[in-house]
Amino acid sequence: MRVLRPLALTMLLGATALAQGPTYGVGRAPTPEELRARDISIGPAGDELPPGSGTAEQGERIYRIRCAGCHGRELEGGRAPRRAPRLVKTEPGSDVDPWAAGRILPYRSPYATTVWDYINRGMPLYQEGSLTADQVYALTAFLLYRNEVIAEDLVLDAESLPKIEMPNRDGWAPLPDWQRLSPRLPGYPF
Amino acid sequence: MGAKRPDRREFLRGGAALAGGLTVGAAEPALGQAPPEPERYVRGDPDLIAYGERSRFVTSVRIPHPPGGRESPDAFGLVFHVAAPLQDSVGTITPSSLHFVGTTRGSLMPEIDPAEHRLMIHGMVERPLVFTMEDLKRLPSVTRLHFIECAGNRARSTHKDVQESHGMTSCAEWTGVLLSTLLEEAGVKDGAAWVVAEGTENVKGASSFPLAKAMDDCIVAYGMNGEAVRPQNGFPLRLLIPGFEGIFNTKYLRRIKVTDEYYLNYNDYGHLSRDDTRAALGYQVGPKSVITRPSGGQRLPGRGFYEISGLAWSGGGAVSRVDVSTDAGRSWQEAEIQGTAHRMAHTRFRLPWSWDGQEAVLMSRCTDEVGQVQPTQAQVAEHFGRPDNPSAGVPGLDNTIQPWRVAGDGSVHNARA
Ligand code: HEC
Repeated sequence: MRVLRPLALTMLLGATALAQGPTYGVGRAPTPEELRARDISIGPAGDELPPGSGTAEQGERIYRIRCAGCHGRELEGGRAPRRAPRLVKTEPGSDVDPWAAGRILPYRSPYATTVWDYINRGMPLYQEGSLTADQVYALTAFLLYRNEVIAEDLVLDAESLPKIEMPNRDGWAPLPDWQRLSPRLPGYPF
Repeated sequence: MGAKRPDRREFLRGGAALAGGLTVGAAEPALGQAPPEPERYVRGDPDLIAYGERSRFVTSVRIPHPPGGRESPDAFGLVFHVAAPLQDSVGTITPSSLHFVGTTRGSLMPEIDPAEHRLMIHGMVERPLVFTMEDLKRLPSVTRLHFIECAGNRARSTHKDVQESHGMTSCAEWTGVLLSTLLEEAGVKDGAAWVVAEGTENVKGASSFPLAKAMDDCIVAYGMNGEAVRPQNGFPLRLLIPGFEGIFNTKYLRRIKVTDEYYLNYNDYGHLSRDDTRAALGYQVGPKSVITRPSGGQRLPGRGFYEISGLAWSGGGAVSRVDVSTDAGRSWQEAEIQGTAHRMAHTRFRLPWSWDGQEAVLMSRCTDEVGQVQPTQAQVAEHFGRPDNPSAGVPGLDNTIQPWRVAGDGSVHNARA
């Protein structure tokens, strides 16, 4: 869906405007270091995951110090004023319906990478960005182990994390194919 | 009433009712009396010459949202949601100082030196690019009116006025570069389908939206209402995704990543649903409107002429029509739309009305250029097969019709189920 450029500009800049090249030549290329440092969006394939590793056992130790104050010793969640959500499902068993288990991110999320990304960019609350990659791997392992998604001894790293099969992998609704001037939901008049 | 409306009661006692929001209509001067002299004449003030301020008689302010929720700022300086005083709004633009503020989960405001700020565009593009603010200002720009509305803008029967019920939306004139211009400059690769936008708050909030939307009408905005974007609204750079729920309009924009699949990063998790309908409706805002005058908490001083006036908007495009009812929806009249209705922008509507002193229920109904029509609570309940429970939650952003009841004594009340 390319926007047509005004004719005068096309003539001014010559044929380059019609090719795939840049039109204005404004802005510079990021250095590889900049790209690595700033790209903290972790996709389902895990391509952006940094080096490092961690286990549930290591994660439990970090959790006690950095997270339990808000989320509770048993991951049961905290009350006001902190109001941190529960992080473990209430029912035992690995076949609990992710939609019946409450909004438990390390259980309901379709991708394990979302758990890693969430902790890395957003936790601990008000001390964001203070965890090392190893610590984030370990905390992810701990939360997934306590929700019976992975075994206690699984070492999480850039290889193993994206391979985890989350119970809700295919259990969520796809997002609509957005188009200009289309209703929000076909068949819904409002 | 919000907790932080200074001096209003004292001020009304002084008789200057016109400028306040609670009483509709002017105090009439006694017949034949000369117009009053101003209270005093004020000497020029260097600060007011440099950067103006509103009259001290105008006192409408933003309030925490939801009503009775966390104070903003709290003891730690965190800011939570803050709602705009729509009951005092005129025209279509929300003054920048009164524009509603939404924060991801309560946050400190980043203080960004624009000379140091960079926007990086990368991912599935031919040429990843880094722009300074000066770079962005060299590029072709657009100026457009757009509303933003928080998904939490849900009217409840307990809300006393339109600020409590609808104050989490505002409309401003935004200036910046189309995101499509930047993406074309970078060259989007085949197979790309999604875009992730990331801000600079402590949480580094991130939201994903479809590439088709990114190439259509999104703005990387540095200007707001004729000056730089205000800090509470994302200085120095914010993304406008016109018509999408508020959270998508990433403030303090620092990174745009083009991807092949849905990344489900941070803010996206809140949109996760197992139900196709809920997933679809949690995206683009539906057709919506509300009467701002007369509205809850105001009072008509007596029978006679009043202009009914309000705001209409839709995430699907321009408002094409607004109808107003003064009899609880039994009959409807088409309201006048102010000027040109802009796409995904607040649109002012007006209808002359003569109040006969009897109880009346006022409603407005928006129709947009797509043909979507604003529903009543009952229509939504009917559609989702629970007609006996009209006040149950509306999937997606609640866009149901707001009824205001004018009592025989002229007081105006929320008449929601
Ligand atoms: C100061 C209190 C606090 C601390 C410390 C804290 N959290 Fe949180 N956490 C919260 C709050 C509040 C939320 C909800 C945020 C929201 O909904 O936007 C949250 C949300 C989460 C979520 C998402 C839950 C969901 O279902 O949405 C995860 C996962 C999480 N925290 C993990 C951690 C980990 C791991 C640590 C330790 C490194 C940690 N948190 C430390 C307060 C805290």
